[in-house]
Amino acid sequence: MAPALGRYFENPGPGHGQVFCEGPGAPPRTWNAPWTPRTPPPRRGRTSAAERAGVLNRIADRMEANLEALAVAESWENGKPVRETLAADIPLAIDHFRYFAGAIRAQEGSLAELDEDTVAYHFHEPLGVVAQIIPWNFPILMATWKLAPALAAGNAVVLKPAEQTPASIHYWMSLVADLLPPGVLNIVNGFGVEAGKPLASSPRVAKVAFTGETTTGRLIMQYASEHIRPVTLELGGKSPNIFFDDVSSARDDFLDKALEGFTMFALNQGEVCTCPSRALIQQGHYQEFLDAGVERTRRIVQGHPLDTDTMIGAQASNDQLEKILSYLDIGQQEGAKILIGGERAELPGELAGGYYVQPTVFEGNNAMRVFQEEIFGPVVSVAPFATYEDAIRIANDTLYGLGAGVWTRDATTAYRAGRAIQAGRVWTNCYHAYPAHAAFGGYKSSGIGRENHKMMLDHYQQTKNLLVSYSAKKLGFF
Amino acid sequence: MSHTDEVSRVAVTDAAAALLRTLYAANGPLMFHQSGGCCDGSSPMCYLAGEFRTGDADILLAALAVDGVPEPVTFWMSRAQFALWQHTHLTVDVVPGGAAASHWRRRRGCAS
Repeated sequence: MAPALGRYFENPGPGHGQVFCEGPGAPPRTWNAPWTPRTPPPRRGRTSAAERAGVLNRIADRMEANLEALAVAESWENGKPVRETLAADIPLAIDHFRYFAGAIRAQEGSLAELDEDTVAYHFHEPLGVVAQIIPWNFPILMATWKLAPALAAGNAVVLKPAEQTPASIHYWMSLVADLLPPGVLNIVNGFGVEAGKPLASSPRVAKVAFTGETTTGRLIMQYASEHIRPVTLELGGKSPNIFFDDVSSARDDFLDKALEGFTMFALNQGEVCTCPSRALIQQGHYQEFLDAGVERTRRIVQGHPLDTDTMIGAQASNDQLEKILSYLDIGQQEGAKILIGGERAELPGELAGGYYVQPTVFEGNNAMRVFQEEIFGPVVSVAPFATYEDAIRIANDTLYGLGAGVWTRDATTAYRAGRAIQAGRVWTNCYHAYPAHAAFGGYKSSGIGRENHKMMLDHYQQTKNLLVSYSAKKLGFF
Repeated sequence: MSHTDEVSRVAVTDAAAALLRTLYAANGPLMFHQSGGCCDGSSPMCYLAGEFRTGDADILLAALAVDGVPEPVTFWMSRAQFALWQHTHLTVDVVPGGAAASHWRRRRGCAS
């Protein structure tokens, strides 16, 4: 639908920096009446779990049949390598719809026999219309994380993609629109004050879910508080990735895997909320492991996002590029040492002008800004630690607590470290895996609530308790 | 809410000042709140003054005087973030990008 005020905004392609389409601006009046009067109030709650699961499964099938086209659209939109969208983003999204299709079929309420004549029934009910505000780093996968549980639970959704990535979700919608009942999924484009604010402050919205940065997270809580609406937030982190000495005790597959784990800071150009952007390496193997990590970084292939050999593509926007470059300055001015990278990558030919950054390894200490602030780029800051206690203290010395990595051959150390780190997800001898059946979310300033796992249905459901007496006898008070 | 004692923690480039004049003319008084975290985090967010409700958790880093903008543009940060950033001097700059008021970039914030 064309925007009511006729305004569009430009959408440059990150790989080359040229405008490839325009997204509709969403002045408030476009969407102030999104489901009335044209569409009746959503009645998703009346559909059976089997029907809803059927819709989710058919969406997954349609996506699978169009996997390559979706992967290319996502890569073109965001600048990320198509290798990742083919192998991760889109397959994970497909699996996510299937996971929640299964979860909603298996979900049931409960009853408790309080005494012989009194029963407490608990029913799951949908919330109604929920607002979901999606980030630009995984436009389709992050939309799916929010959409699948919300639709499974029987809600209608108004979804706002990020203004930096307004297009690929519409391509996805064009593929699946015929599978969804009218009015169940509404997509509104635009900037925060035009689209995000009317959504988050609307009395007709029953819940707001947001992934993004902390100031906007607080603002959305302020808006939602006006009508006492619940909010879930995922606000990023500064995730530590801890490598204990015993990682290097053998030259084997595990060491190779750990070095890949170190290099995961460059996955998705570092534009991941859980980017392992602080590598903490125990001093006994510090230099040896760091040298090998830098060498592994040197072997990262940067290039055209649509080349299947490309490991790292372009940053998602010019804003993002400029911010990362500023942090490369800030780090050096604070005394952090650049071991590799440190500059914009100028690629030749049709890629000239694209938003490319060299994968960068800083060496410094945890008080530096490059250790404390989320850069959201392919930049890791490395520091040594002496003891287990040091590692935990440094790991927890941050405002955030979303992800963490622990690497060790000792299961007891792994367990204790994982429990001691204040983060919602501690990858243990792995990193950057995102299966649907594992809860994901933040401690501290990283947010409220979780995504993934069937427990997410709770964020999109109301609890109805029927407290029923089957006794004919009065209590005797009056 | 308190103003920090430092005289100048935040500076504004000419390009940012020009955009602030344009935004003020179109919308009225403005404010910044320094963000952190995911995506567009670690950048200052620009709002209409009062749109973002600051509280005891925030510090007023500066009331920026910008030529052609009659009212000072306040620049806020959460106290927790300020504890980590207090040794820095920030420069508000603007870069081509999303075209949203919130897409202002601190570009050359540097340690002082």
